[in-house]
Amino acid sequence: MTYDALVAGEVSFAGHGGDSGTAYQARPAAAGPVPGVVVIHHAPGWDEWCTEVARKFAHHGYAAIAPNLYFRDGPGAVDDVAARVRAEGGVPDEQVMGDVASAIAWLRGEPNASGRVGVIGFCSGGRQTYLAACLVDGVDAAVDCWGGNVVVDDPSLLTTRRPVAPVDYTGRLGCPLLGLFGNDDGNPSPEHVNRLEDALRSHGKTYEFHRYDGAGHAFMSWYRHHYRIEQTVDAWHKVLDFLGRHLKAG
Amino acid sequence: MCTYINEKTQIFGSAKGPGGWIKVDTANVFFDHPYHAQLDHALGIDFVNEAEGSRERVAVELSADSARRLVDRILAALDSGEAAHAIGSGVAPARG
Repeated sequence: MTYDALVAGEVSFAGHGGDSGTAYQARPAAAGPVPGVVVIHHAPGWDEWCTEVARKFAHHGYAAIAPNLYFRDGPGAVDDVAARVRAEGGVPDEQVMGDVASAIAWLRGEPNASGRVGVIGFCSGGRQTYLAACLVDGVDAAVDCWGGNVVVDDPSLLTTRRPVAPVDYTGRLGCPLLGLFGNDDGNPSPEHVNRLEDALRSHGKTYEFHRYDGAGHAFMSWYRHHYRIEQTVDAWHKVLDFLGRHLKAG
Repeated sequence: MCTYINEKTQIFGSAKGPGGWIKVDTANVFFDHPYHAQLDHALGIDFVNEAEGSRERVAVELSADSARRLVDRILAALDSGEAAHAIGSGVAPARG
């Protein structure tokens, strides 16, 4: 079932440490109960594309919230804020986990919430989704879209802001995981995805991986030359099917 | 995904952006997914004034090949320019 009438716009939420942040939310205008989805934006920032993703979930019957993980580094144009964050070495994992936990609480506090909440993220947000699925309470399903550095080859990439390779938390993964990857991607490479899958299998976790030939990093980004329409259409079907089974069924 | 690997260097000079000229003290240099250039990866340089909070930025995103050509031409321009101005290659600049 889809919903044409939506309610969408910016909202405030209390992020990690009680910091007041901004988020974009979209939900069906019809009364609930509806499950929720936290949309974690990619490294280029809290941009138009992540609001489109939130509205797509609302169209398909979810209350979606996309927290701006860079709100502490604003104001300014999205790309300038993202450049500032990049120069600082990215946002700290602990802070992101706090922001995601707050976004989950925000969704569950809405009057039309069913109580089931998933998390999806892209690029760096895919990595942060994996972390949230392992470290944040109350995640019912998670979708990692081409998150890089989940498996870390070079220990020098582990910093005070990102001290642990997410794969090392796999034993704590507390929900079903969907992973979407392009086989032409260099980070995560197919070999990284293999190693992640090995870890999930060895810990007996519930997961589904889909790997697309002819696609690289961020193949769903319609405004980039590496956009791949066939793989994108299939991937969206996979995402909605997965979340439907784990957030709407029963 | 974006790596956050950043080759940072202090610089002395100015850069011109949409708001006019600004003093710049830092160049952040990286090779990663670009924001605007239609490339899988690009050499990015952000010229900022870190001392003033990096509020403004003059940015470029270049293909790897063109970035290498630019490095070559920068060095060539320095060599020929310093020779033309009779500046010895061992003479330190007055600032920076």
